[in-house]
Amino acid sequence: MNKPIEPNSFRTGPDEQGMFGIFGGRFVAETLMPLILDLQQHWEEAKTDPDFQAELKSLSTYYAGRPSKLYFAEGLTRHLGGAKIYLKREDLNHTGSHKINNCLGQILLAKRMGKTRIIAETGAGQHGVASATVSARFNLPCVVYMGATDVERQKPNVFRMKLLGAEVNAVTAGHGTLKDAMNEALRDWVTNVHDTYYLIGTAAGPHPYPEMVRDFQAVIGTEAREQIQEQEGRLPDAIIAAVGGGSNAIGLFHPFLDDRDVRIIGVEAGGRGLEGVEHCASMSAGKPGVLHGNRTYLLQDKDGQIIEGHSISAGLDYPGVGPEHSFLRDTKRVEYVPILDDEALDAFQLTTRVEGIIPALESAHAIAHAVKLAPTMDKDQIIIINLSGRGDKDVHTVAKMMGMEM
Amino acid sequence: MTTRIDRRFAKLKDEGRPALVTYFMGGDPDYDTSLRIMKAMPKAGTDVIELGMPFSDPMADGPAIQAAGLRALKSGQTLAKTLQMVRDFRTDDNDTPIVMMGYYNPIYLYGVETFLAEAVEAGVDGLIVVDLPPEMDEELCIPAIRAGINFIRLATPTTDDKRLPKVLENTSGFVYYVSMNGITGSALANTGDVTEAVKRIKSHTDLPICVGFGVKTAEQARVIGASADGVVVGTAIVNAVANVLGPDGRMTADPAEAVATLIGGLAQGVRQARLAHAG
Repeated sequence: MNKPIEPNSFRTGPDEQGMFGIFGGRFVAETLMPLILDLQQHWEEAKTDPDFQAELKSLSTYYAGRPSKLYFAEGLTRHLGGAKIYLKREDLNHTGSHKINNCLGQILLAKRMGKTRIIAETGAGQHGVASATVSARFNLPCVVYMGATDVERQKPNVFRMKLLGAEVNAVTAGHGTLKDAMNEALRDWVTNVHDTYYLIGTAAGPHPYPEMVRDFQAVIGTEAREQIQEQEGRLPDAIIAAVGGGSNAIGLFHPFLDDRDVRIIGVEAGGRGLEGVEHCASMSAGKPGVLHGNRTYLLQDKDGQIIEGHSISAGLDYPGVGPEHSFLRDTKRVEYVPILDDEALDAFQLTTRVEGIIPALESAHAIAHAVKLAPTMDKDQIIIINLSGRGDKDVHTVAKMMGMEM
Repeated sequence: MTTRIDRRFAKLKDEGRPALVTYFMGGDPDYDTSLRIMKAMPKAGTDVIELGMPFSDPMADGPAIQAAGLRALKSGQTLAKTLQMVRDFRTDDNDTPIVMMGYYNPIYLYGVETFLAEAVEAGVDGLIVVDLPPEMDEELCIPAIRAGINFIRLATPTTDDKRLPKVLENTSGFVYYVSMNGITGSALANTGDVTEAVKRIKSHTDLPICVGFGVKTAEQARVIGASADGVVVGTAIVNAVANVLGPDGRMTADPAEAVATLIGGLAQGVRQARLAHAG
């Protein structure tokens, strides 16, 4: 009797106003509103334009290297002694993460709109690198906003962006992390709205970004769904992905949302634990609010001021989350769980040793939850984990945590 | 229903001069000083007060107002205290219109109905909420109008003739024309463009048009005031406060006096705005 009424499909959002239930929307300054409506119109047209889709498909195949492999992780499976573990190898994409999927789509859209300057925000630097990459490929100037703290902890990616010709602006406001970078990117956008395209890296921000980024990332789940049926002859029992803003997660989840027998788990950054403020688990410990153009779960104090979280992983260090995740949380279609910094570090090292794969610290959060879950499942059950990126960028951070000099 | 804002603009129209609208950040550098700044404003020449509600992530503001908001939050300012500031102000001024300006999240978390009820009771006349475009009118704009509070919308250079009617539809009190695309505190736009824009907006509405973003000096106030019904000054005032704070945050002079001096000059500017034409 108390069960919430389930919609016929979880895949129909957002509505015309850009809402997923009460989440999403277009909470932006008037200066940006005409541009956002223009973007939406171009996006609606591009979605059904065969030429646009063909160009994206060609770039995805020959430039980014899609489809990414679905890899049976025998080492992890044996080590954990339960369900069979598959890794969706987004780390093997060009630029080393899933971020390229979205960047290729959006740069084609920017071109279509006649924009001549690209701006982007980045946390771990994965999206910054992917943005700088597609900007180089399409010969457009690119400015990346990155929190000063993140510039420090993700030095290799900062250098990569510069090599690619991007200007990297370190943002010192706040804790100098992703939230502050996004504020600064929005300020740039509102100032240069006539020629600038804001290439948002995650499935958040004002409508139509959450939908658009999801659709560009859904290739992950669409491929994984086909691949697992080819390799195992059936759908998985569980799929797991890390959630910061949530683009790799929504990309994996969305094509599975109406497969009711597939358990879907999003992993938030538990940082140093949910008791204090040193975490980024907005859906486990936050409240709905409005920031960066959308309504979603946010870490905030009782006055509605946004709280700076903490995560060992720069890519998860964000006090909000994409609005569709908030909707999936409230409708209970997806479970969201926290993983601590230490648990993620252990999973990082485990995967490196037993699989010979160095995962990004973000992806290590997803693996860490599988470490807990797999042993409780039968040997003939299947888990797919989104290995959203490679961990080379994180070796400095991990060395520091392990007390080692590099 | 006429509000203090309507009455004030009607009076200024009779006087034949534009309004001086001054913004300050509630709670900067602390509650008591900030209240003194507010109380000093009408005497110094302010016609309409814009009371800033601090927010941790002010996406449309430049460095000066960002820093002011952080100083206010650090001193313990909350939305409840900003409402209290209006009550304290109203104990000896029941005429000067007060417009609260800020971002939606603190209001959303406070609860829209609770906030509006308290705002009416405290004596708030209008609201400017930067991140609520007309597309989101159901959130706060419509409930505010129902509660008898003016919802003042920003129009910008990107708001073209096609979009203006939508922006003006539920706007009341006055229209705040943002003179340039950008964040608060940037350089002033070309005054010729501003005059054109004011004319364009006036062809769509009878509401007073106030122009802001980039006005810092009495001379600029005079030039903008020649065509606009009001001139909004924000960053310059916030800077006047910041300038009398030492590196440790201690006051080296009285911020209320610094603000009053600045406003005195600006008030001269708006009073001369139409004289050139009169002669």
